[in-house]
Amino acid sequence: MIEARGLSKKYQDTLVVEDVSLQIPKGGLTSIIGPNGAGKSTLLSMISRLTPMSVGTVEIDGFDVTRTSGPELARRLSILRQHNESSLRLTVRDLVAFGRFPHSGGRLTTEDQKHIDEAIQYLELEEYQQRHLDELSGGQRQRAYVAMVMCQDTEYVLLDEPLNNIDMRHAVGMMQLLRRAADEKGKTVVVVLHDINFASCYSDHIIAMRRGQLAYQGMPEQIIRNEVLTDLYDIPTSVHELNGQRICTYFR
Amino acid sequence: MNTTSTRLSTTSWLVGLALLVFALAIVSLNVGASRMNLLHLFTQPDDRITQLLFVSRWPRTLALVLAGASLAVAGLLLQMMARNRLVDPSMMGTADAAALGVLFCAIAAPGMALWLKFGVAALCAAGGTLLFLAVLERIPLRSALIVPLVGLVLAGVIHAGSSLLAYQFELAQALRSWNSGDFSAILRGRYELLWVAAGITVLAMLLADRFTVIGMGKDFATNVGVNYRWLIALGVLLVSMVVASVVVIAGALPFIGLIVPNLIRRITGDHLRHAIPLVALGGAVLMLVADLLARVLIHPYEIPSANILAISGCLVFLVILIRGRKQWA
Amino acid sequence: MGLNLRAKLLLSLTTVLAVLSIVGFMTLNVQSDWGFIVQHRGSRLLGMLLVAITMGLATVVFQTITHNRILTPSLMGFDVLYVLVHSLALLVWGVGQNTGWPVELRFIVEVAVMVSIALVIFRLLFTDSVRGLHVLILLGMVTGLLFRELAELAQRIFDPSEFSIQQGSGIANFNRINVQLLWVGLIGVGLCSALLFRFRHQLDVLILGRDVAINLGIPYTKTITLLMLAICVLVSISTALVGPMLFFGLLVANLAYWITGSHQHRWTLPASVLAGIVCLVGGQLVFEHLLNSGLPLAMIIELCGGVLFIVLLLRGVKQ
Repeated sequence: MIEARGLSKKYQDTLVVEDVSLQIPKGGLTSIIGPNGAGKSTLLSMISRLTPMSVGTVEIDGFDVTRTSGPELARRLSILRQHNESSLRLTVRDLVAFGRFPHSGGRLTTEDQKHIDEAIQYLELEEYQQRHLDELSGGQRQRAYVAMVMCQDTEYVLLDEPLNNIDMRHAVGMMQLLRRAADEKGKTVVVVLHDINFASCYSDHIIAMRRGQLAYQGMPEQIIRNEVLTDLYDIPTSVHELNGQRICTYFR
Repeated sequence: MNTTSTRLSTTSWLVGLALLVFALAIVSLNVGASRMNLLHLFTQPDDRITQLLFVSRWPRTLALVLAGASLAVAGLLLQMMARNRLVDPSMMGTADAAALGVLFCAIAAPGMALWLKFGVAALCAAGGTLLFLAVLERIPLRSALIVPLVGLVLAGVIHAGSSLLAYQFELAQALRSWNSGDFSAILRGRYELLWVAAGITVLAMLLADRFTVIGMGKDFATNVGVNYRWLIALGVLLVSMVVASVVVIAGALPFIGLIVPNLIRRITGDHLRHAIPLVALGGAVLMLVADLLARVLIHPYEIPSANILAISGCLVFLVILIRGRKQWA
Repeated sequence: MGLNLRAKLLLSLTTVLAVLSIVGFMTLNVQSDWGFIVQHRGSRLLGMLLVAITMGLATVVFQTITHNRILTPSLMGFDVLYVLVHSLALLVWGVGQNTGWPVELRFIVEVAVMVSIALVIFRLLFTDSVRGLHVLILLGMVTGLLFRELAELAQRIFDPSEFSIQQGSGIANFNRINVQLLWVGLIGVGLCSALLFRFRHQLDVLILGRDVAINLGIPYTKTITLLMLAICVLVSISTALVGPMLFFGLLVANLAYWITGSHQHRWTLPASVLAGIVCLVGGQLVFEHLLNSGLPLAMIIELCGGVLFIVLLLRGVKQ
């Protein structure tokens, strides 16, 4: 379980995240949604110790993220942010192999090789595995980084807007993959999403943020509702049930 | 801030700085190795005094004002072209390239006419500036900090080249003097080249609107119908001529082009039409103060004013960096 | 994840060249007796080898942690800091009459003081990001410049009439290696190299950026601080031995990338050292014994490094 208590982040004089306390249960897929500047990414990077918090604590299964040793935490939790080094002369396979670093410290065992093969297969990157990162398209590169995180094989997987820069087909593929990781491998997946319909169709749990504060949280049925979304995004929305999925339209 | 109050404060700053330049110029006329006071001109007129005034003091003061004003404006132009506030012609290779040009002249034809020397220096300076801008265009991540770093290293490379050349021809000492400007040797007949720099400053003022657009980047400039390439070329030429004339007359003067525009921009914002006159006056003030310090600190000896400028420039630069470090990081 | 054939060939070639340079430097034009040669040339050779190791390792590591192939640790003003500490130390020792201390011990104390100063500055100003490092480099450069100008000012104020320009004092010189410090330098270089080589896998991870490195379990700030201190020690040893060099590191680090075509530090670190040996020892051999030229090698190498830098930039730097 991920447990955040009284989390705040202050840059100079602006509070980006203000006193957020929440629990993300083990297992399943949790989405974080909210308008621009709501503090979603900052929250995610505080949970994953990439950004130090101004106030508050985060515990992952009882381990305080600011006190637990780096490798120890890296075997439990992985985080992928939006902007990653894109012009490296590094093959996809080499990148994915870095996912084994917390486990083997850079000296790869046959066990590690198995994990690498599996992750590459999982993301359908076999034909690109010897290509260099700087020769890939944005979507392929994104998948290579996700493969690295999968190869890290952690209980908790955190992703900041993994659907950015990828087309419809790959976006669906990515969400299905994360769903499978939660269902088949029992991982706890936390994603920041911009598209509320993806959040609606794939999540078990939704956290909604606004102006640095926790606005709503609950099951998709509780969050993907007219009154909630209209309040959250401050535009009129209408939620429809289509083929058993709750779809929100807000385009006109 | 609304426009009227900006204009008002700009005008009052303009008047204030102009008065300051005048006052400092008067002080500058009165300070020197030999005892002389402007009052003597009226109380006990004598040939020696008028001689001293018009051959040495007056040219020196005028040269200071012209060099300071034009260098500050050149710095502002370069900052617009590089789209970075932390650059200065003396740090980015322009001044070092100009000194290299003077070195070429000293090797090839030691007694060359001043105007020719200026031409060669200006060409080299333009080469150095173009190199800097070309390099900038090819840097993938143009973070605000990488730009001055690259510029400083580029200047170091040009300096390494000229050091080797100077060593080979036993001109190392001369190169040092071109690299560190001072005004102790300015006399009538040996500063007039700086009027070129003054003319360029006026020209820059006339073209202010266009250079403001340049600062918004190539796409924006093209969108509003400005010929980006030509204007960059013109800007490079103007900056190089200013720097070359100062290097030929006095030697390189660091940091004026960095300090003054950064301070003035706090008052006027980024629109060059308001900024250029103030920047020019500010440059003159800084140059006069630096040279006065250089003259009085170890009177009757002199320190090169470049030394004083570099020290104050480094301090200002450090303050800018430390105060802004959170925001850049 | 080994090297490809081209890289293997180039690396072997560099190794052979490095060995040949060393052998050639020791044996060419030997006229007097061997005991003298070993002592005279041997100490210079050792000095050059140490400089090759310090500059190669320090630059490769520095470029990895700053994510930039056009920066060198010499930019940060460590050399100026060292000279400053050294002059202050001379002042203190001169006043205290404690001249009984051996040179080596003084050097160790000086480096320790310098590392502590660097550590304090780092702690105060480093904002825990690659950009934060860039701010720090710029601060270092400008501070270095400031100290240089202040020193000049002081010199003029205290001794205006006899202000003389010591020509060439700002440039490294391989004919005047500070022999007294060779042994303590050797130990320092040995320790730092061992440390950096132990960190080779962590360095590989650091290339991926701060966020990915933390995700993979690297304690970022701690690691970066430790690496910067090692770089600081290496640069001060090199400065103490021969004097400041700005672009030499740039030259050898980029040669190492070109030779190995790899990001892996277990290859790039040794390759940079080998390239450094070829440039320094081989260059000295060519200039001294084959060309009989009086040009200072350091200046040539600096210029080559600088020109390489410009070429790299104009071709567009691949990170």
